Amino acid sequence: MKFIVSIILTALLAFAVGLFTTLPWYSFAITSFTVGVAIKQKSFNAFITGFLGVAILWVILAALKDIPNEHLLSSKVASILPLGGSWIVLLLVTGFVGGLVSGFAALTASFLRSKA
Amino acid sequence: MRIVPLLLSAVCTIALVGALNKQLPVGGSKTPRLGYFLSPQHGFWQNADATNMDYNGEVRLDGLQGKVDVYIDDRLVPHIYADQDVDAYYVQGFIHAKFRLWQMEFQTHVAAGRLSEIVGKERIKTDQFFRRLGMVYGAENTQRYVEKNNPDMKAAIDAYARGVNAYIKSLKPEQIPFEYKLLDYKPEEWTSLKTYLFQMFMSYDLTARGATTDLQMTNARNYFGYSDFNKLFTNVQDSLDPIIPKGTVYAKPTIVPKVPKDVDTAYLNNFNIGSTATSPVVPQKGNGSNNWVVGGTKTKSGKPILCNDPHLGLNLPSLWFEVQISTPTHNTYGASFPGSPAVIIGFNDSIAWGVTNAGRDVIDYYDMKFRDSSLKEYWYNGKWVNADTRKEVIKVKDSADQVENMAMTVYGPVMYDHHYKNNSTGGKNLALRWTAHDAGSGLLTFYLLNRAKNYDDYLAAIAHWKCAGQNFAFASHTGDIAIKQQGTFVARWKRQGDFILPGTDSTYAWQGMIPVEENPMIKNPTRGFVSSANQQSTDSTYPYYLGAASNFPIYRGLTINRKLTAMTGITPEDMQRLQMNNYNVFAEMARPVILKYTNESLLTADEKNYISLLKNWDLNSEVDAKGATVFNTIWDSLEVVIYKDEFANAKNNVGWPDDPVLLEALLKDSAYSFADNINTDNKKETIADCMMEAIKLATAALQSIDKSGNLAWGTFKDTRVNHLLKIPALSRLHLPIGGGKHIINATTDNHGPSWRMIVHLTDDIEAYGVYPGGQHGNPGNKYYDSFVDSWATGKYYRLLFIKKKDAVSNPRMKWVITFTQA
Repeated sequence: MKFIVSIILTALLAFAVGLFTTLPWYSFAITSFTVGVAIKQKSFNAFITGFLGVAILWVILAALKDIPNEHLLSSKVASILPLGGSWIVLLLVTGFVGGLVSGFAALTASFLRSKA
Repeated sequence: MRIVPLLLSAVCTIALVGALNKQLPVGGSKTPRLGYFLSPQHGFWQNADATNMDYNGEVRLDGLQGKVDVYIDDRLVPHIYADQDVDAYYVQGFIHAKFRLWQMEFQTHVAAGRLSEIVGKERIKTDQFFRRLGMVYGAENTQRYVEKNNPDMKAAIDAYARGVNAYIKSLKPEQIPFEYKLLDYKPEEWTSLKTYLFQMFMSYDLTARGATTDLQMTNARNYFGYSDFNKLFTNVQDSLDPIIPKGTVYAKPTIVPKVPKDVDTAYLNNFNIGSTATSPVVPQKGNGSNNWVVGGTKTKSGKPILCNDPHLGLNLPSLWFEVQISTPTHNTYGASFPGSPAVIIGFNDSIAWGVTNAGRDVIDYYDMKFRDSSLKEYWYNGKWVNADTRKEVIKVKDSADQVENMAMTVYGPVMYDHHYKNNSTGGKNLALRWTAHDAGSGLLTFYLLNRAKNYDDYLAAIAHWKCAGQNFAFASHTGDIAIKQQGTFVARWKRQGDFILPGTDSTYAWQGMIPVEENPMIKNPTRGFVSSANQQSTDSTYPYYLGAASNFPIYRGLTINRKLTAMTGITPEDMQRLQMNNYNVFAEMARPVILKYTNESLLTADEKNYISLLKNWDLNSEVDAKGATVFNTIWDSLEVVIYKDEFANAKNNVGWPDDPVLLEALLKDSAYSFADNINTDNKKETIADCMMEAIKLATAALQSIDKSGNLAWGTFKDTRVNHLLKIPALSRLHLPIGGGKHIINATTDNHGPSWRMIVHLTDDIEAYGVYPGGQHGNPGNKYYDSFVDSWATGKYYRLLFIKKKDAVSNPRMKWVITFTQA
């Protein structure tokens, strides 16, 4: 239960803080950290829920832009980065990058809560 | 709390965020800030516009005087209907920014020498060059002049700037264009100066080859001596068919420039003035264009048809943006420049106009003598004169500022000095005299053309035009047709300014500008058409020196005039085919020369093969024409064989002779002194020997071209439309289009017809157009490159030129944006 709640909360808060686009893109690191502090989990689980929360959010948000765009821009960006022009890979990389930051933030929080 | 893992994990998180928040160097460039760039709520995903995007909207603008409705058609062309003229430009600024903001700012950053500010120190050389060329200096001069003398123009440019800024202010951080995110910077406030900077950029692109060629010519003259120089860079063009027909009688000139007494020793044969300076950027030699107008006597409808296709670098986003501007004073449609108000090439209810580059020499270097390296005093007319200084500060991303201090002389900025030189300028201080630096009301020309009703209005409008000199073609609904070469042109003596000029006294200074009334022009000629294709505007009876012949291509004009002379009952469809015509008249003249000097009995089977492809070619450089590739390869090889021995030992950049030089020499003479290879002592090579060697060279090249499957002209030429940052993924590559150098369809690898327009001056104006781009500047928008395929295959769009009352119900109108006072 904690696991699912963590993921959802991480995603919701990351989405909410992301609406304030004058704040830096990495503001969700703070919210993911906060979720990690609020919901006590084993370090591994904290990382995973932190990771999945933002990774899933980012993939969904990106896909919501990408599908109505018929992959016009993502195919180009996937050639520039370079990811072989594959928009699918670019979506996954996007999720991974966001997830990684969030995961580490949540992991840090878990060490704050865990006993020495 | 587990302190060690906590700290480790915290450090990891912070380091990860840090790395993703930094531009990392990769190869020669930098990545975007990856975390930011990939963030779906901040980064590039926000620029992925839905393909069914809704452009309807309501915008409130501060200080708008009336109401403005912008109807947007199915090709994303905005039709601006405004109650007030100044409102129309306010909204045009907003609309340009909405669709092309990044490009507008980028182009003016280039012009202002501010690239290093956004990309870093690798572009300092380009910035230095543009600063020292006096780009900002010229823009400031023009702005000052317009603001003092042309209140309407000033109001239009200021309103335009307000519109751009209103759009910039409306942007949320995540809505800034894609390229800002890629390069990691932000839009800044738009200023009126930027419109003038853009004008300077066009002046640079269309006249500043001289900043390079004058140095090359000087070097070539020093290296070859004046006599051989004159043969290699001849000023005679036998095949010329000028813009103003031969035999036209010109009035006595108002100014007869005095040739300095010591011109032979101090100038033409003064080999002490030289320079090894080379520019980091040079405007394309092919910058040119076609325009022509056929009068009612030659058209099926009895109404004139005006055609124009300006040849410029092909880029995405395109230089051009289609727009209709309709107010109570005028109703105008055409191609506009994002960065400038009004329409630049287009038509209104009564007239149409189009431009090609005049190619006249309006840029010279003067060799200055300074008292010492402080560059505070220079020698002029027998005494030391104080020089002003102009300071240009180049900001550099992640690096210290670069400061350029330029001495300012009576001629203009000292571009090259002991601080700024390449290899060795030989300690030379070269001041630049360029008409683009002179203040003037050039932009007023387009403002007035937008409103012109007839021939007199047209003449009055273009009289304001200064730089870059253009051939303004004109047609009116009432049946007048005309063309006039207009600009500020220097009254030169022969060869004045083809080389670096002595700068120590006023004898070599420009002695005056040709009065506007004496510029070449023609109205309603008996032949029933006017045309220009960047060739020399007149024959040699025109009383002023036009500049070195190498500035003027010959062949496109020949084909155009030949075709137009033969045509009758012309329709717009005929004109479309003519703009896409791929006939190579240069090859028509050169092929017999190649065959004449080819001894086929000495050729190998492979060589014979290619020669037979050449023989069987129909002289049209179509996409699938193999003969065109063979012809170009053999001709280029021939030039190399003939000239490379003479040019091989030149230490400085001396340029290269133009195609017509060799062709006209071979057409005239069976002995050509440069055919001899100067490295073989005991043998005198003939043209036939050179041809043999050229065919062998060409065959080797053609075999490898053939092997890679690129023998067909289209794939060999491989036309592309580059994104302004030259990123392949944002460009359109491998376009199937024929044409090339010397051909009406002047499309080379990345250069060619940047806007094709045909205007039939019927009662309701029947117009067609297409350009190799799309209306939207965002690579993530479906209108980014939506015209490219039509452009490549020669398809045109019927331009929607309609009154507001009809716009409301027109099925091609898809969206409306209404602008009201805030």
